[in-house]
Amino acid sequence: MFQSIDFSLLALTAPGWGGALLNGFLRSIQLAAGGYAVGIIIGILGASAKLYGGLVLRDLAEIYTMVIRAVPELVLMLLFYYVGTDLISRAAQAMGFTGFDIDGLLAGIIVIGLVQGGYATEVIRGAIKAVPHGQIEAAQAFGMSPVTVMRRVTIPAMTPHAMPGMANLWMIATKDTALLAVIGFSELTQVTRQAASATRAYFLFFLSAAALYLLLTLLSNVVLRWYETRARRGMIAAR
Amino acid sequence: MNDQPAIVIRDLHKRFGDLQVLKGVSLTANAGEVIAIIGGSGSGKSTLLRCINMLEHPTSGHIAIQGEAYAMRPSRAGGLQPADRRQVQRIRAQLGMVFQNFNLWPHRTVLENVTEAPVHVLGVPRDQAIARARQVLERVGLGEKLQTYPVHLSGGQQQRAAIARVLAIDPLAILFDEPTSALDPELVGEVLGVIRDLADEGRTMVLVTHEMAFARDVASRVIYLRDGRIEEEGTPEQLFGDPQSAHLKQFIRSVM
Repeated sequence: MFQSIDFSLLALTAPGWGGALLNGFLRSIQLAAGGYAVGIIIGILGASAKLYGGLVLRDLAEIYTMVIRAVPELVLMLLFYYVGTDLISRAAQAMGFTGFDIDGLLAGIIVIGLVQGGYATEVIRGAIKAVPHGQIEAAQAFGMSPVTVMRRVTIPAMTPHAMPGMANLWMIATKDTALLAVIGFSELTQVTRQAASATRAYFLFFLSAAALYLLLTLLSNVVLRWYETRARRGMIAAR
Repeated sequence: MNDQPAIVIRDLHKRFGDLQVLKGVSLTANAGEVIAIIGGSGSGKSTLLRCINMLEHPTSGHIAIQGEAYAMRPSRAGGLQPADRRQVQRIRAQLGMVFQNFNLWPHRTVLENVTEAPVHVLGVPRDQAIARARQVLERVGLGEKLQTYPVHLSGGQQQRAAIARVLAIDPLAILFDEPTSALDPELVGEVLGVIRDLADEGRTMVLVTHEMAFARDVASRVIYLRDGRIEEEGTPEQLFGDPQSAHLKQFIRSVM
């Protein structure tokens, strides 16, 4: 069956689609990495709000995670993207900016980050609760400010507990980027679809895309495992 | 430095819900004094100690460290809470606390545990903090364990590292919260030895302990706390040699 496949379609320069595919792959990685980073920041803030916040903050965080986890991701992304960009450009117009355009990559990163943040909040909240309170109390007793306690003690101490869940979220982030194809982002899935329909070589291009996603996952696994070992320094090996 | 007492506590009350833990405790620790707080479980000793650095917020009362009183305001729960977080942080940075469960930071080596507060709270340059840390770790007999993670230390070594961590900030007083209660009996001696050295060098210390023989030996003053009140107070010779209250007599008989 492989004789019928024209691998020259994967050439990096036109008429091959290889270059476009790799650009799409790069864009997917940017979206995933950016969205993941935003998700971690939201997760730390959300977990802090749930654990240490007043009534209002706690309720807000609760509503946020409930909505994120209850509504399908695709719906959330469509909602955040269209409603979000619409609101922002209206606000910009109201303030007198015309021709205001939101950067596509940034919008995509924020959309993925908002979804990731909901799950990250719960992962990090659980991880912080697993840190023995005495470690945090010792930091406070030395006169550390709440931010310093968070940065120097709580976050490093909770990281090993958060790693399994957060590694999972990274894998989900890489695949969530494919959902953005629906909105028209030229990430890997979108480019693959274009290449496939232009050349009718569906098998070749979707298999190539799958291989690229797999490659990303395998590389991620190596990095995540290294990082987990590092984060677990000073803990008794649990395996 | 001024000549104010290191710690002044006046009429301290602490309530947890319906449970009245401290019912009006007053206490002054002058510079160089070693005060041992003894009493049965639930007598409020640990709570009293934890109020000194605001790990617990008193329901009412007055606490001053080196003449500086904590600024307090009413809390929603009907007690008090610190009015100025920065003041609390500043005062805490001058007090050292040694916990029953050591509470070392497991993700940092012994050396990093000891340099943490000097570098990240007091802003001491890292190389100076490391030099000081080596010195205090040497003192507590852990000069060979600088790069070890706490999990690889015995309980006694962990507690000595925790004491070194406190010495690194050169505190004006050290609070010990049952420092030997979590240790295997054969490890108690090494930790008490270090604390004794600190007492001999004239450090101001407040020590909650179950080690009566030790309290008798190192304390300049002993306070017997019962049911949230100071029932008896005096030199070790007075309290252990000639206890006045019936409860204290019975307590001493039961633990010694």
